[in-house]
Amino acid sequence: MKITRRQRKFGHSLVIFVGATCAVLFCVFPFYYAIITSLRTGQELFLPAYLPSGYHWSNYVTALVDNGIARSLLNSVLVATITVGICLLVSITASFALARVPFRGRKFLLFTILCVSMFPQVAVLTGMFELVRFLGLYDSLGALVLSYTTFSLPFTVWVLTTFMKSIPVELEEAAIVDGAKTWTIIRRVFAPILAPALVTTGLLAFIGAWNEFMFALTFIISGDKRTVPVAISMFSGASTFELPWGSIMAASVVVTLPIIVLVLIFQKRIVSGLTSGAIKG
Amino acid sequence: MAHTGYQQRRRRIAWILVAPALLLLALAAGWPLVRTFFFSFTNAMLDNPSEYQMVGLANYYATHDGSSSGVLVDPLWWQAVGNTLWFTVVSVGIELFLGMLLALLMNQKFRGQGLVRTAILVPWAIPTIVSAKMWGWMFHDQYGVVNDLLAKIFGYQAHLAWIAEPSLSMWAVVIADVWKTTPFMALMLLAALQLIPNDLYEAARVDGASPWQRFKRITLPLIMPAMIVALIFRVMDAMRIFDLIFVLTSNSEATMSVSGYAREQIISYQDMGMGSAASVLVFMMVAGIAACFIRVSRLNEKEKR
Amino acid sequence: MKKLTLSFITLALAGVSNAAFADTLRMECPISPGGKEYCKYVKDRFEKQTSNKLEFIEFPAASDEKLALLQQLFAAKDEKAVDLFQSDTIWVGLLDKQTLDLTDAVGDMKGDFFPGPWANDTVNGKVKAVPAYLDTGVLYYRKDLLEKYNEQPPKTWEELTRIATKIQEEERKAGHKNFWGMIFQGKSYEGLTCNALEWIDSYGGGTFIDEKGNVTVNNPKAAAALDMVAGWMGKITPKGALGYKEEESRAVFQNGDALFMRNWPYAYLLSQGADSPLKGKVGVAPLPAGLDGKSANALGGWQWSVNANTKNKDAAIALLKILTDADSQKMQLKYLGFAPTRSALYEDKAVLETAPHLTMFKDIFANAVPRPATATKSQYPRVSNAIFNVTFKVLNGSSDGKTAVADLQKRLERVKGKDWH
Repeated sequence: MKITRRQRKFGHSLVIFVGATCAVLFCVFPFYYAIITSLRTGQELFLPAYLPSGYHWSNYVTALVDNGIARSLLNSVLVATITVGICLLVSITASFALARVPFRGRKFLLFTILCVSMFPQVAVLTGMFELVRFLGLYDSLGALVLSYTTFSLPFTVWVLTTFMKSIPVELEEAAIVDGAKTWTIIRRVFAPILAPALVTTGLLAFIGAWNEFMFALTFIISGDKRTVPVAISMFSGASTFELPWGSIMAASVVVTLPIIVLVLIFQKRIVSGLTSGAIKG
Repeated sequence: MAHTGYQQRRRRIAWILVAPALLLLALAAGWPLVRTFFFSFTNAMLDNPSEYQMVGLANYYATHDGSSSGVLVDPLWWQAVGNTLWFTVVSVGIELFLGMLLALLMNQKFRGQGLVRTAILVPWAIPTIVSAKMWGWMFHDQYGVVNDLLAKIFGYQAHLAWIAEPSLSMWAVVIADVWKTTPFMALMLLAALQLIPNDLYEAARVDGASPWQRFKRITLPLIMPAMIVALIFRVMDAMRIFDLIFVLTSNSEATMSVSGYAREQIISYQDMGMGSAASVLVFMMVAGIAACFIRVSRLNEKEKR
Repeated sequence: MKKLTLSFITLALAGVSNAAFADTLRMECPISPGGKEYCKYVKDRFEKQTSNKLEFIEFPAASDEKLALLQQLFAAKDEKAVDLFQSDTIWVGLLDKQTLDLTDAVGDMKGDFFPGPWANDTVNGKVKAVPAYLDTGVLYYRKDLLEKYNEQPPKTWEELTRIATKIQEEERKAGHKNFWGMIFQGKSYEGLTCNALEWIDSYGGGTFIDEKGNVTVNNPKAAAALDMVAGWMGKITPKGALGYKEEESRAVFQNGDALFMRNWPYAYLLSQGADSPLKGKVGVAPLPAGLDGKSANALGGWQWSVNANTKNKDAAIALLKILTDADSQKMQLKYLGFAPTRSALYEDKAVLETAPHLTMFKDIFANAVPRPATATKSQYPRVSNAIFNVTFKVLNGSSDGKTAVADLQKRLERVKGKDWH
């Protein structure tokens, strides 16, 4: 029996639907569980449940008011945005050179840049701490921006270089024939096509900086300059053993929401309009 | 090789373009990395790093009075290496497979695709310290959701001691890590998929190629460079895993990773020398693996030409 | 003109020297709920008594994160970081070089405090910290279940095993499928060292390392203690207990799924909370004794220490004295719920009215056994690591008591080398 076009289309849609449902369930279930947990209190926290049993908003009050998670949200956003901004800016120009211009030492440079991210974080902590104090950045958000570039920059450089390499040479040659200078080539030709790569890299690097804990704990000691992961680690129950699980979950929900909003805004850009005239023409 | 004036100008401009990145990295990472190498040759202690003596390679390997000492002779180090390599291979393998499936899914046009793309990034967005503890509770043997679901869906009543049994706990770590970082792989692969022009697929379909053939002949080769970069970064991160293992299994020797070993030396035992030596060894392992990947990638590029 | 300039200069100098006397001290403020009120109380007293100012900083709740941060601050020799901080019981020997010698300043207070914690805070005859609040391991039991089956709280481990096995069987037959006899903290971390200390010392097997620094763990009593606990695994203790820290084990007990639990006193107040299913059903007792009739509870808690690099030693000592006097301890109990370390407060009627549960804990506190942290100084982390990893192996079934204690003896002696430092 031949499969008709209609049936094939239906089969196609079914596969997509099942796949999408599984993916969403798998990814979102723990987060959903966190939301439910944040709405429960006391004794109920210890038992598994799949539906909210009541709506106790007290955990959110504790998280926002008593522990000032809102302030740390602001700090985290600031640090992550500045870090990613600097990294992307610097990486676009660097990746153009590394991808397009054959010069001596290019491969060595790329590998060296990669090597920076190969050390366990704990090992560079002491050296980084010395550097931060030397530059007078201790207990300031600048210390975090500086240290986060050590792992964000290699990532952005490498990814953008790779994507640059896959852009056909014809485009660039056409622009050169048109008499464009290097900076114009970067701005007018590459940047638009690279938009999906830029957004993806930016998002991933942003979240990487957002989640970082060790440097944030060591370099900042004032309460009002803390970032989100450190602020969450400061949640404590009446004794050092007790973990106020409900309010920690509430705090986690609160800090994940901005990222979800960010992704919702940018996710359209992750998909490119490859049908943009540049290539077809 | 013709050195046209144009080429030379381009080369000079290239160096100028790369300079900011290099300077920034040198400023931020130069000193800490040099210090790590330096400390590995000393016997400095964490609480007083300015008082130390140079001990050469003693932190790596040394013999005296018939017994040997140093990281390379420590059986715990080799256990950590084994654990870490196993974890890296299993975890990155699963992430690559699932990430590829997710990327292919997100590449399709369908209603609600924006929501799906957002949902898929949620695991990556939750702070690691929170998700690690959350999985710790989900794996609780009496009240955890995982055992509960196993009982409800598969009727498997035994309360698996996910965290207590060393063999099970490594799988618990893998599951938690796959959940957290598959979005990373998926997103990188999606960005790569985006660069493939649709015409290629159309032409292939017209020629009568099956979906699998289209995948093998068009998709795979074209996304290979991006896939390899994603793999390199994932492998680097997997080799340095620490948080998940520490939260789920604390300081157990059976499940320790190489980063955990370095951290234990530096922070628990105050031994900057041994800890830095272990970190340098980690660096060498990771660099070796990355170099292999890069070689594969270059061979791949040469083939294409 | 010259006279004016001279008087100007004198005035200026006087102003400067006056300002120099007003220092800002930085103290750690506990992050538990109620911490802010307690710190305000301390600040008011301190600023009234001396002309200095007090600022607060916060450290993370988790013990090892806090220690790591403290060590980084000490390594950087940052005197601005913190002047007074709370030290875990096991850090006193570790932080010996970084803390101020308090013998002259507070040595006379020795008699007011419980002797165990005070001795723990004395390194090489020098007082390095003052006990802030107390914690020890205690045995929790279900009063209602023991009544139902006509049993008394166990005085020895054998009794505990017998009672737990019997009641677990009966409860499971009656339909309570998930019921367990005994719960403790078995994960590979410091808590397991506390549990192991309690088992081995109560059997007469010593405290791993004695006060003189000799390794004493390789003896048949210690082996017997470990074998006994290994015999519980899978029978009256779930295998998953090897993955429990304090909260995970409390979850099992508080849900009503366990008969006995070893935990710290904090669990008591939580189990009597308004929504707890165990309200009124929980009893507390010292941990059972071993074959040789001694009960051992591990000493925990926190101590106030002073940063050796502090700029103003006198102000710091003044603050320390405020923090450790009877009124402060009463406030500490009121706002934070922390058990006081001054023995007199346990007889104080007003105190006992606000916290009646303290009467239950008093004798247990008085007999707490410290871990060998002070004797082993900066090598205690390695010691503890060896202890809990070897114990984990025994409980896991991969080793037995006799091999384990011999192995542990060798490991500890290798760590010690010539002497503890």
